[in-house]
Amino acid sequence: MKYMLLINAGTVDANGAAAECEVQEWMDYDKAVRDAGIWVSGESLADLVTATTVRVGPDGERSVVDGPFAETREVLGGFYVIDVPDLDVALNWAARCPGARGSGSVVVRPVADFGA
Amino acid sequence: MQEQAPGTGRAVESVFREEHGRLLASLVRRFGDLELAEEVASEAIEAALVHWPVQGVPARPGAWLLTTARRKAVDRLRRDQAYAARLAVLQVDADRSAPAPPADAGADLPDERLQLFFTCAHPALPSEARGALMLRCLAGLTTPEVARAYLVPPPTMAQRIVRAKKKIREARIPFRVPGADELPERLPGVLQVLYSVFTEGYAASSGPDLQRPDLAEEAIRLTRILRRLLPTEREVTGLLALMLLVHARRAARTGPDGELVLLEDQDRGRWDRTMIAEGLTLVAAALTGGPPGPYGVQAAIAALHDEAADLATTDWPQIVALYDVLVSLTPSPVIALNRAVAVAMCDGPEAGLALLDELAGEEPLRDYHPYHAARADLLRRLGRLAEASTAYRRALELAGTEPERAHLRRRLSTSGSPAPNGAVDT
Repeated sequence: MKYMLLINAGTVDANGAAAECEVQEWMDYDKAVRDAGIWVSGESLADLVTATTVRVGPDGERSVVDGPFAETREVLGGFYVIDVPDLDVALNWAARCPGARGSGSVVVRPVADFGA
Repeated sequence: MQEQAPGTGRAVESVFREEHGRLLASLVRRFGDLELAEEVASEAIEAALVHWPVQGVPARPGAWLLTTARRKAVDRLRRDQAYAARLAVLQVDADRSAPAPPADAGADLPDERLQLFFTCAHPALPSEARGALMLRCLAGLTTPEVARAYLVPPPTMAQRIVRAKKKIREARIPFRVPGADELPERLPGVLQVLYSVFTEGYAASSGPDLQRPDLAEEAIRLTRILRRLLPTEREVTGLLALMLLVHARRAARTGPDGELVLLEDQDRGRWDRTMIAEGLTLVAAALTGGPPGPYGVQAAIAALHDEAADLATTDWPQIVALYDVLVSLTPSPVIALNRAVAVAMCDGPEAGLALLDELAGEEPLRDYHPYHAARADLLRRLGRLAEASTAYRRALELAGTEPERAHLRRRLSTSGSPAPNGAVDT
């Protein structure tokens, strides 16, 4: 069963980069996920100032705007998709993630299975 | 289980209630799917309703129900191959993580209910669904019964339960007993659900009935089951002791017209001595062999009340000392409030009032009617009647049940100044 771990940074600096970030901890965590054989995919997202939002109106017109900005309390900073037997195992991996500590949080969402 | 004469409907019914949780747990373990387990469990019970009145209740009713239900599940899976394929995957995962069921010599079915306790109380489920699921899956109540117990319309309760079951299935909340390393983190959640079912029954938060003994008794029944499954967990024993020691006062807690009777005015002759005796034995066990847990300490406080002949001879210094332990284990404004009331009994209303006034700024107490009622009582005892009236009125605005409001109105009318007519519309 696949779960996505959405890693939210609670506080970001002026550039929209996560304030609390220990590189070594993240490298250790990433290695642990891969060594456990549960890694499906995962990315760390670039700072929020680089984000751009696209919307398409009812007549097909495209609107492109800078942002969003770090007005919301939590900013998505990266994700993992892991393949584990059940929610408890997924929650344990989320709890080990450095992004779950301090003002950060990790949202665990099952990946929808359309019976492929 | 005894051999029953044919046609004894009541016996059949009680068998179902007792066997439902066990049956469901065994089926969930085998098929890894709550939906299928519930479906075939009720089909098996329907089959029993047809056969047992004619042929008599079988010697091992649980085994009969399980065999019948399993056969129906296998039929269902043969008909629906896609469903079967999905469950086969689940089953492999479940087998990998499921420990062996605890041995239970006295029963005709292995007891696999512990996993269901942990699933129903899983922290990933909404808190208002956890108690309902437990009553549904483990106590064998129907959804309309659960709805009545919680005073919500049946469709609301049905939706709540359906949503929780959908999350169990789709997020794959496992049916498993947490390992020894996880137990300290997960067990308090299970106990909290049981205690909330109990308190919901003991002091209904709204509606005309102060007590709905069914919920309190269901909570006790479920906690007894949990204690049989986890006999060495002292907090489970502590919780059962607490429930029994509080529930023993149920008959004295309401007057002839359903009005609330406070501890100080209760006819202690109406307390259930058998239940108290059982609670006292359990509380001793809960407090032996290690540091005390919060339920054990609360049970010890309840025990001191139950053992006292009246309010004056109650061991208040010991109660204050126990509240000190409780505050250190689980600091909360509500516990601090109870401690202040005990201090007032021990050292006089002035000392208690000083503590209550220190708590005045605490967020959860501002709208908590017992806080204002306790303050009002102390002010009344100090002869500060105008202030007492104000506090009684505030409590009255916040009180949830009609018996509680009636009690506060009586207190208000005896505290000197009558309620202003039409001045405040509350």
